Amino acid sequence: MSAAATPARDNQPVTVRRPTVVIEPTSGWTAINLRELWTYRDLLLILAGRDVKLRYKQTGLGITWVILQPLVAAAIFTVMFGRFAKLPSDGHPYLVFVFAGVVAWNYYSAVLQRAGNSLITDSRLITKVYFPRLAIPLASTLSALIDLGVSLVVLAAFMAWYGIAPTWRVLTLPLWIGLIAVCATGVSLWLSALNVRYRDFVHAMPFMLQVWMLASPVAYATTIVPERFRTIYSLNPAVAFIEGTRWAVLGSSSITAPMVAITTVVSLALFVGGAFFFRRVERGFADAV
Amino acid sequence: MTDTAIKVEGIAKSYRIARALGRQPYRTLQEEVIALPANLWKRALGRSDSMETFWALNDVTFDVKQGEVVGIIGRNGAGKSTLLKILSRITQPTRGRAEIYGRVGALLEVGTGFHAELTGRENIYLSGAILGMRKQEIARQFDAIVDFAEVEQFIDTPTKRYSSGMYTRLAFAVAAHLEPEILLVDEVLAVGDASFQKKCLGKMEDVAGEGRTVFFVSHNTQAVRQLCTRCILLEHGQVAADGPTDATLSIYNQRLRDTRIDAETGLNNPENRRGSGAVRFTAVSVEDVTGAERYSFQMGESVRFKLSFKVHAPMKGAAIVVALRSGMSREMVTSARHVVTTQQMEAGSEGTVVVELPDVYIRPGEYPLYLHVSEAVQSAGKYDVLDDLTPPLVITPGGRWLHDNFDPAQPLGTFSLPSSMTVEELPGYEAHVESPKPAGSHLTMIRTGTQD
Repeated sequence: MSAAATPARDNQPVTVRRPTVVIEPTSGWTAINLRELWTYRDLLLILAGRDVKLRYKQTGLGITWVILQPLVAAAIFTVMFGRFAKLPSDGHPYLVFVFAGVVAWNYYSAVLQRAGNSLITDSRLITKVYFPRLAIPLASTLSALIDLGVSLVVLAAFMAWYGIAPTWRVLTLPLWIGLIAVCATGVSLWLSALNVRYRDFVHAMPFMLQVWMLASPVAYATTIVPERFRTIYSLNPAVAFIEGTRWAVLGSSSITAPMVAITTVVSLALFVGGAFFFRRVERGFADAV
Repeated sequence: MTDTAIKVEGIAKSYRIARALGRQPYRTLQEEVIALPANLWKRALGRSDSMETFWALNDVTFDVKQGEVVGIIGRNGAGKSTLLKILSRITQPTRGRAEIYGRVGALLEVGTGFHAELTGRENIYLSGAILGMRKQEIARQFDAIVDFAEVEQFIDTPTKRYSSGMYTRLAFAVAAHLEPEILLVDEVLAVGDASFQKKCLGKMEDVAGEGRTVFFVSHNTQAVRQLCTRCILLEHGQVAADGPTDATLSIYNQRLRDTRIDAETGLNNPENRRGSGAVRFTAVSVEDVTGAERYSFQMGESVRFKLSFKVHAPMKGAAIVVALRSGMSREMVTSARHVVTTQQMEAGSEGTVVVELPDVYIRPGEYPLYLHVSEAVQSAGKYDVLDDLTPPLVITPGGRWLHDNFDPAQPLGTFSLPSSMTVEELPGYEAHVESPKPAGSHLTMIRTGTQD
């Protein structure tokens, strides 16, 4: 029987295009199939939507959690580092200064936390149906954007309260967020793929994020790091995107051009490397999960 | 344009399984530590030295034409599910190549992607997208899905509040409205109650009737027989038979018979056997009235079950029941309880009996056997049960039921009551003459006695 003879239901047009799927063992390193990922864009969005909906289902405070977490963190940092330790804040009110850092860091760490364990949480999907596995960690990158958006509104309110007017630099904010997303996705591709085989990363993740945050200018300014250590310090990609976010929002920070360059290179390297690694091991996910 | 839907060439799949500990070469801690980074890397990439290779599929080759409905059968571990996972791209083959012409929909379970916390509406979109539907496609089908599942008033309720029936209906409704050109189905029918299974089968018949290709993996030989025109038998990861369903199923049943209804293997298979050990069936065969062993009968024919048993502990007599399980719903059709003897039987006694079902009124289908022997006193605790014994008894349409085929969408039960009709008035027409047939099972004693 030919396809032309297949009776079409009135609600379904006859398919003229006949895609041929070829199933073969792939070997070696393969790049991301962007075209395929594009055909699954609806799934990517729906998975991200699911993450957002599930996160605050059956919680008393609901979406308030998104605001409460960075707020409490920023308040404590302001008291401890701003008031008691009297650390410099590049000339900004400490609360706003810290909150901008927390907002940027929280987006980064949220992506890592969600994506890192995502392949395990969705193991039933992986063993029962085919779709580009990349959609699962990528959905985390997208879903955390909602929390980021809410936090940015709160940040804007703080700035209004302190009478800080945004400059033209605020227009570069999407670029910084993009940089965080690229870096976070890169790291989470490594983490999620490794997590399928080594569940050690579930245990290592909270610790890793804690240490990483302390090593990043979230609660303090980069200026407290001695000059001669700055280059090494800025190998941590979080340094540039946190200071970059502050620069965009508050108009100034201790960011330097080499920092941005280093972070961009490191982030892209993590992302491209992560993507290849993910593709290299994804063919075994269904058997290993 | 080609009319091939699936082309499979030399597909093989190996899994690595941990090597038995005893054979692991001894290594010192120092060597382990030195080898650790390399081993971790190898494991991450799926290569390791301390693993053995197991071939789940080995050199499987076949073609499926468009519009064909192909069944895949085989025992557990024969590679059926692995094959389906490769064709649905969940896992990759180790060797070989497959080509698929057309959009594939794979149903490896009911409710793929469903999340209990989400509402019915959200789950329809989620599950639909995961199964490969575009958002607008789901939106177009949305009302039809809700109608089919009959959950309209609960559509914005989290599915965790659904009854299990509603949940399964909704989950299946999403899958049923997937409109692939090639449908891959695995054991979906293993879940849900009998009526749900029949609904699934009915829907699959619709899909097949529309000229789409269906690739159906199942243990349910009756479902395979009803749905599939062609059937492939897998054994130890290889194609053991490929041809018309009847031919393949009879080979399959023959293989099962060779290994299972046999005193050495099948009768001692603990999965099918429950009993006290005081008495054991030692041989089972199914024969026709001429005494020839066969397992396929037309409706209206007489079937004889020849059963041998051995007593291992003193028993207060013996009684036997023969039953057939419906392959679809597992309901049973039983014979009378036939008392073999009321005398005390001593250990070492043996007996062989024949239970006859004259003129079977059982509807066409496949019926695994259920055999029961116990003491003649009903309350007694000494017994032996063989359950779900394969090969199943196959009943085909015949006699006055020649056109009475099984339709999974409209179940009529497993039994046709013996009935007769008298034409009282039919002016101008000649009445058809039916011959009424008696019902009931007999027991024939062949021999009983004490050995040694």
